[in-house]
Amino acid sequence: MVVWMTLGAVALVAVSSAAALTEARQETSLTIYSGREEKLVKPIMDRFTKETGIQLNVRYASSTSLATALIEEGKDSPADVFWATESGTLGLVAARGLLKRLPQTTVGKVPSRFSTPSRRWVGTSGRSRVLAYNTQALTPAELPASVWALTNPRWKGKVGLPPTNGSFQAFVGAMLYLHGEDRTRDWLRGLRENGVKFYPNNTTTVQAVGRGEIQLGLVNHYYLYNLLADDPALPVRNHWLQAGDPGALVLAAGVGIVSATKKDAAAQRFVDFLLSKWAQRFIARGPGAAEYPLLKGVLPRPGLPALREIEGPKYNLGRLAADLPAAVRLLLETGYIK
Amino acid sequence: MSRRAAAAATSPARRAPLPLVAAAATVAVAAVLPLAYLVVRAVSADADARALVPLSITVELVLGTALLAVGVVAAALAVGVPLAWLVVRTDVPGRRLWGLAASLPLVIPSFVAALALLGALAPRGLVQQTLEPLGVDTLPEIAGYWGALLALTLSTYPYVFLLAAAALRSVDPSAEEAARGLGAGRLAVLLRATLPSLRPSLTAASLLVALYVLSDFGAVSLMGYPTLTTAIYTRYESLLALDSAAILALVLVGLAAVVVGLTSRFRLRGAIYRSTPGTGRSAQVVRLGRWRWPALAFCTTVTSVFLVLPLGVLVWWSVKADPAGGRAVAWGAALNSAGVAAAAAALAALVVLPVAVLAWRFPSRLSRLLDRLTLFPNALPGIAVALALVFFGARFSFLYQSLALLLIAYLVRFMPYALASTRASLDSVNPRLEEAARSLGRRPVGATAAVVFPLARSGMLAGASLVFLSTVKELPATLLLRPIGFETLATDIWKGTALGAYSGVAPSALLLVGIAAPVVYLLSWRNAWELGAPD
Repeated sequence: MVVWMTLGAVALVAVSSAAALTEARQETSLTIYSGREEKLVKPIMDRFTKETGIQLNVRYASSTSLATALIEEGKDSPADVFWATESGTLGLVAARGLLKRLPQTTVGKVPSRFSTPSRRWVGTSGRSRVLAYNTQALTPAELPASVWALTNPRWKGKVGLPPTNGSFQAFVGAMLYLHGEDRTRDWLRGLRENGVKFYPNNTTTVQAVGRGEIQLGLVNHYYLYNLLADDPALPVRNHWLQAGDPGALVLAAGVGIVSATKKDAAAQRFVDFLLSKWAQRFIARGPGAAEYPLLKGVLPRPGLPALREIEGPKYNLGRLAADLPAAVRLLLETGYIK
Repeated sequence: MSRRAAAAATSPARRAPLPLVAAAATVAVAAVLPLAYLVVRAVSADADARALVPLSITVELVLGTALLAVGVVAAALAVGVPLAWLVVRTDVPGRRLWGLAASLPLVIPSFVAALALLGALAPRGLVQQTLEPLGVDTLPEIAGYWGALLALTLSTYPYVFLLAAAALRSVDPSAEEAARGLGAGRLAVLLRATLPSLRPSLTAASLLVALYVLSDFGAVSLMGYPTLTTAIYTRYESLLALDSAAILALVLVGLAAVVVGLTSRFRLRGAIYRSTPGTGRSAQVVRLGRWRWPALAFCTTVTSVFLVLPLGVLVWWSVKADPAGGRAVAWGAALNSAGVAAAAAALAALVVLPVAVLAWRFPSRLSRLLDRLTLFPNALPGIAVALALVFFGARFSFLYQSLALLLIAYLVRFMPYALASTRASLDSVNPRLEEAARSLGRRPVGATAAVVFPLARSGMLAGASLVFLSTVKELPATLLLRPIGFETLATDIWKGTALGAYSGVAPSALLLVGIAAPVVYLLSWRNAWELGAPD
């Protein structure tokens, strides 16, 4: 009995892992570490394989844990490409010399604020920080103009956010740099004293706004459209904060080529594919998608304010590698993260 | 007579064969090696990593985790012990049914329990929706401490029930009879004779429950109650701070060690031992009289809240297939779950054999040490084992992101179950049988194979089943170590909940329960508790 169980089990495991291994060994394959959610980007991956014949082994996880993995793996990393939701994590990996320099022709496809002079990563889409609000509880006229107003008793117990999310942490990092540690700490503390609620991620925060559990959620703008695609009646809309407000920060998802790769040409093809017209249009206007395309000539989803109309704070995304760790320490200190 | 002399007297002086010792030592070292990596990383953590584990937060997390463990132990005892007494010792109507219902929650992983309880009891959950016509428009918040307590009590009270029920069946009734003879009332008998005689079993059950709570990751995450495991995961997942996770993992291991230490001191103190030799008699059935109705209400409530409600929520969600949460049924993930669990079970049964045979056939200081080392990871929380193997895998890159590393994690974590049950069944085999086989001309290996295995088979099988069950339900190690593209039902459910699709994961959750259920059925009640109890 035990023998049969063993044989059966071993055979089963052997078959499934052998399939995975042979795929990985072929020259015509790439290993992608994707911080982008499978639900959002799978069609892009499939299309790339269909067009180029290059098979993709994709590891989907949070951008931060993939960055951690890349750092642990160092030169032994099986990854060829790192596609992150948050350019800050790319910066942290690049700071350890684990990303290759990209050609100017690739980086030149996007506005210069969506990459850095050292060209270790290039933005693949823009996303704006917004306040998602419940349309049944609030009218547009009642909405605050700035994140600083959220510590006001008017919003007591009505605000939610995802403290472990990379984009939220990036926003705090930018606030730290722009407004100093004391003011940022005071704001974070004030928000807690005002009964801010925590959620695991952007999606669950927007859902909580939809249920009326909270009235305002500090999130990235595009999660709403994904949820609206499933449930058009969801009573949530985005509110963009006033010009220069830290809460109107525009962030980037981006991609880099891992130094450990031996498949430079294929990796470069993948990066260029993400900046192709088709992929950019999909990222911007595919089903449930609503990010900002960065390639010139591709329009964002109708109804979104144009990217240049969102006047976020003057903040260089290249700074995130330095500001993110400081933001995390402050979030620990103020009890947002345990 | 010393232990060693006693061992020598029952078996002829024969040195353990070197290959056997080598094999057993390999297994034992493999069981503790990952922990070494955890220690190395925690000790070598730089200032940046240490800054992410401030003392105040560490203390808060330790207290929060301990408070939850104490609460769940108390709740599981409060539910499990009276239920066991009613089922075993009284004439409460439907005894067999309640007994079966009390062991069934073993098939429900804690994160599924949390999911279903949230679905049912959250402020705008199914129960509130059902009560809405009656004017109930909100229910109190269950997330946080109380939600975690409820979900974990659901997952752990079966252990208390099974251990207490078995003890109540086997305890010598003479102490109770003596108490009654001396004029003690019913309550006094219960408190002064029955309960103290259960002490060793209840201590073992409390240890089991406490370790379960310390290791739990899924239920506390979903309920939003921060503990050491969630803090470790946060550092792994979203803070780019692996070394700080290692520090917290060591703190967690330390807390587990404290729990083991406390219970081992408590176990035998004041115990009442069997006073008569020979086979035990069963105790008299207590006639409840008019108390049978409150007793029945108690049994019904426990079964409703801890079995009917969660399974009902899952079935309701699956049938009603909410279009917003609609996800495909994860057949591939189900196959992966069953596949790795079967592999882990079979491998665990095989690799513990050298350790078990060595400890049984060649008792010595060394064999006892190897036995202890292999049992040791039973006290290690899964996330600590997983993190240790992340470090280990990064060092030995051929293992990295392979199914092998995930299997190693399962083995290290659950091998103790296989070892304990194999040892238990071997202990009942008289070594003279093997000697007889040898005297009839069998070679040593042949003698062992011919005589020992048939007798130890049931124990090995029970151990393997328990490893299977635990592996199918495992979440944190699977999350950290699964290779690219490899999803199990547990990770599929986890990913679904991260997207807020609670009702959408119900089919996967039911599938998981469906895979686990036959195994719990296979394991007799007795085996389940015997094997689940750590040494």
